[in-house]
Amino acid sequence: LTKQKVKWFEEEYPDLSKHNNHMAKVLTKDIYAKLRDKQTPSGFTVDDVIQTGVDNPGHPFIMTVGCVAGDEESYEVFKDLLDPIISDRHGGYKATDKHKTDLNFENLKGGDDLDPNYVLSSRVRTGRSIKGFTLPPHNSRGERRAIERLSVEALTSLDGEFKGKYYPLKSMTDAEQEQLINDHFLFDKPVSPLLTCAGMARDWPDARGIWHNDNKTFLVWVNEEDHLRVISMQKGGNMREVFRRFCVGLQKIEEIFKKHNHGFMWNEHLGYILTCPSNLGTGLRGGVHVKLPKLSTHPKFDEILNRLRLQKRGTGGVDTASVGGVFDISNADRLGSSEVAQVQLVVDGVKLMVEMEKKLEKGEAIDSMIPAQK
Amino acid sequence: MVALCTCSLSHPMLKVLLYFFSPPAHLFLTKSFPTSRKMASSFTRLISGRNTAVLLASLGAGTMATSFLLSENSSLAAEAKKKLYPPSSDFPDLRKHNNCMASALTPAIYAKLRDKLTPNNWTLDQCIQTGVDNPGHPFIKTVGCVAGDEESYEVFADLFDPVIKDRHNGYDPKTMKHPTDLDASKLTNGMFDENYVLSSRVRTGRSIRGLSLPPACSRAERREVERVVVTALAGLKGDLAGRYYSLGDMTEKEQQQLIDDHFLFDKPVSPLLTCAFMARDWPDARGIWHNNQKTFLIWVNEEDHTRVISMEKGGNMKRVFERFCTGLKQVEHLIQERGWEFMWNERLGYILTCPSNLGTGLRAGVHVRLPKLSKDPRFSKILDNLRLQKRGTGGVDTAATGDTFDISNNDRLGKSEVELVQLLVDGVNYLIECEKKLEKGQDIRVPAPIAQFRK
Repeated sequence: LTKQKVKWFEEEYPDLSKHNNHMAKVLTKDIYAKLRDKQTPSGFTVDDVIQTGVDNPGHPFIMTVGCVAGDEESYEVFKDLLDPIISDRHGGYKATDKHKTDLNFENLKGGDDLDPNYVLSSRVRTGRSIKGFTLPPHNSRGERRAIERLSVEALTSLDGEFKGKYYPLKSMTDAEQEQLINDHFLFDKPVSPLLTCAGMARDWPDARGIWHNDNKTFLVWVNEEDHLRVISMQKGGNMREVFRRFCVGLQKIEEIFKKHNHGFMWNEHLGYILTCPSNLGTGLRGGVHVKLPKLSTHPKFDEILNRLRLQKRGTGGVDTASVGGVFDISNADRLGSSEVAQVQLVVDGVKLMVEMEKKLEKGEAIDSMIPAQK
Repeated sequence: MVALCTCSLSHPMLKVLLYFFSPPAHLFLTKSFPTSRKMASSFTRLISGRNTAVLLASLGAGTMATSFLLSENSSLAAEAKKKLYPPSSDFPDLRKHNNCMASALTPAIYAKLRDKLTPNNWTLDQCIQTGVDNPGHPFIKTVGCVAGDEESYEVFADLFDPVIKDRHNGYDPKTMKHPTDLDASKLTNGMFDENYVLSSRVRTGRSIRGLSLPPACSRAERREVERVVVTALAGLKGDLAGRYYSLGDMTEKEQQQLIDDHFLFDKPVSPLLTCAFMARDWPDARGIWHNNQKTFLIWVNEEDHTRVISMEKGGNMKRVFERFCTGLKQVEHLIQERGWEFMWNERLGYILTCPSNLGTGLRAGVHVRLPKLSKDPRFSKILDNLRLQKRGTGGVDTAATGDTFDISNNDRLGKSEVELVQLLVDGVNYLIECEKKLEKGQDIRVPAPIAQFRK
């Protein structure tokens, strides 16, 4: 029977010969055979974890992750697969490393004086998963609706600067939909096969929705790629204020969830637990839209970004190109450093790059300003 | 050893077989032992072997154990979850839906079936996912549910029976029997006027008993389907001798040839199929087989285990149907030699993934020129009464170009293969007669509607 069992595992092992993603790099036959016998308490299996990576071989240039968690326990039960992937994706983060969480906005130095002539807007986003529920690839309609109910209760109880309204996707009016599109708030049913193959679009638009405050500076997506995606933003360069609102809002929401015995998923090794391993740790992307027409064409631009631990994107978001020299600049890291540290890198790095831009405008050299590796 | 098996059958052979093929103790005692649907089906075969699986299945679908090898931890979690989330909390919102599943699924039926599992651990939620995700079209009523295995039609009969009734003109699986007849010699008048009929084609599907269907199958099961079918097809001789092209391994040249022959199928893009999990692991274990003469073609692991197509240019439907029947019978014989068989029962005929293809799974059709008749206002009514449907020549969902139509039988279940092809033959001959009459300036008659089921 042992021979049969071995043969049968081989029969189940996926053909990853044409694949280029983190999962395909890590998943050997031995690891697969070891994990094939296991499942999380909610019934998520290694095949469920890797389906999206099997179905999407990947891009020669962009390394996708190729796997998702179905619940909090996935990261434990399938650690033989996920730990090496996490290490690969998060700069060598070890299975024994501890992640620091710091949402005390007062620990941020400066950040309120980014030049608005260059910095057009500032934004911080993260995700949160609610303990006691399985994640979007796996949850049932009942769970998703319970998540929505809890989230709406928590959000609609907020007041002051956080007073706002929830718009469920399946019952918003045409006028509401139009407004949300104009505000660039509305999210749509996922079309990317990276997400649909992971089961995240099931039962759309049931229990999905958008909440935002009246000031339109604090926005929460419910049941999109994660239980919650939380976004704080405003025009101009006051990242300090954006981050303050972000931290305060998150903490208020977390308190309400905790009262219902459904705090956020978190542990001291992986920080905040989210669906995609790439978003572990802080899950935080803090960034600005900034005008850097001269610096962006400087031969050392990419190296500067690298050293500052920042990444560039077009202003349409990930996968877009920049328009008119305006870039989306944000932190590259998620796991292994705190929220404050990551936003600090953005604040300091953008400040430096704006100085460089000004120098280049005057025809001066910037070589002496190029920083050491952070 | 097999204490967890809740098989209701006390067949003596079953006990002996299970004793001989039960796995060692340590596989049962591990706490984290899986209950995934794929595990159970592979283990069905592991503990019982191919021949036994066939034997057990032939003792009656649905008498197999309802769950294998549950781990203690996960069954406790599952129980807790059931209490926390009663069926009413999971009932889908179908208010904007128009498909057979949405018409049939009541909260009471959902509550009764939600926690049931087929022997392969397939659930009702998995059957209906495609119908929940695809509300449907106001004009076209899609089915909205799929089977994950042969037992789905049994375990979830409270949903599938009304869906089948809705889709198949009132056919009641509880009381009616489906006739199977693949004797092509019975077909009469099967030669069409080739001034009108450009090509003739018959297609069906077949599923391999003991292996899960495309929505549910694991990679190992899918590869097993490919192996079983390709091995059998390699045994075909004479005008049926041919070759297999695996989707993942074909050369560019082979791919181009298959495209030019209009044989190549692509990864499904329709959300009706992708939401039913049928595109997983693409293109693993998918392929196309055809005979050297390019008149007999088999798709492996597309929407069904196999899709079988017989076709030719011209109007010789008789020969197309003869080849169809001969080919099917030979393939069946070849798989039986190795201990396999097709999924079939007398209630539902041949078992396929989509309930719309139960019974014969047969679509017999022609590409036919009907320039005058197609413009006559009575055209649709004539087709309806003849129990025929029209499509564009690009297949379902395409519009007709010019005056050439794809005309085929509407029905699949409740009439035999011979009856349905005869219906198509008689109907197309009638349409051609009408066309000829209109050419001569004579009037045509709308025929009386054909009875739906054998009295």
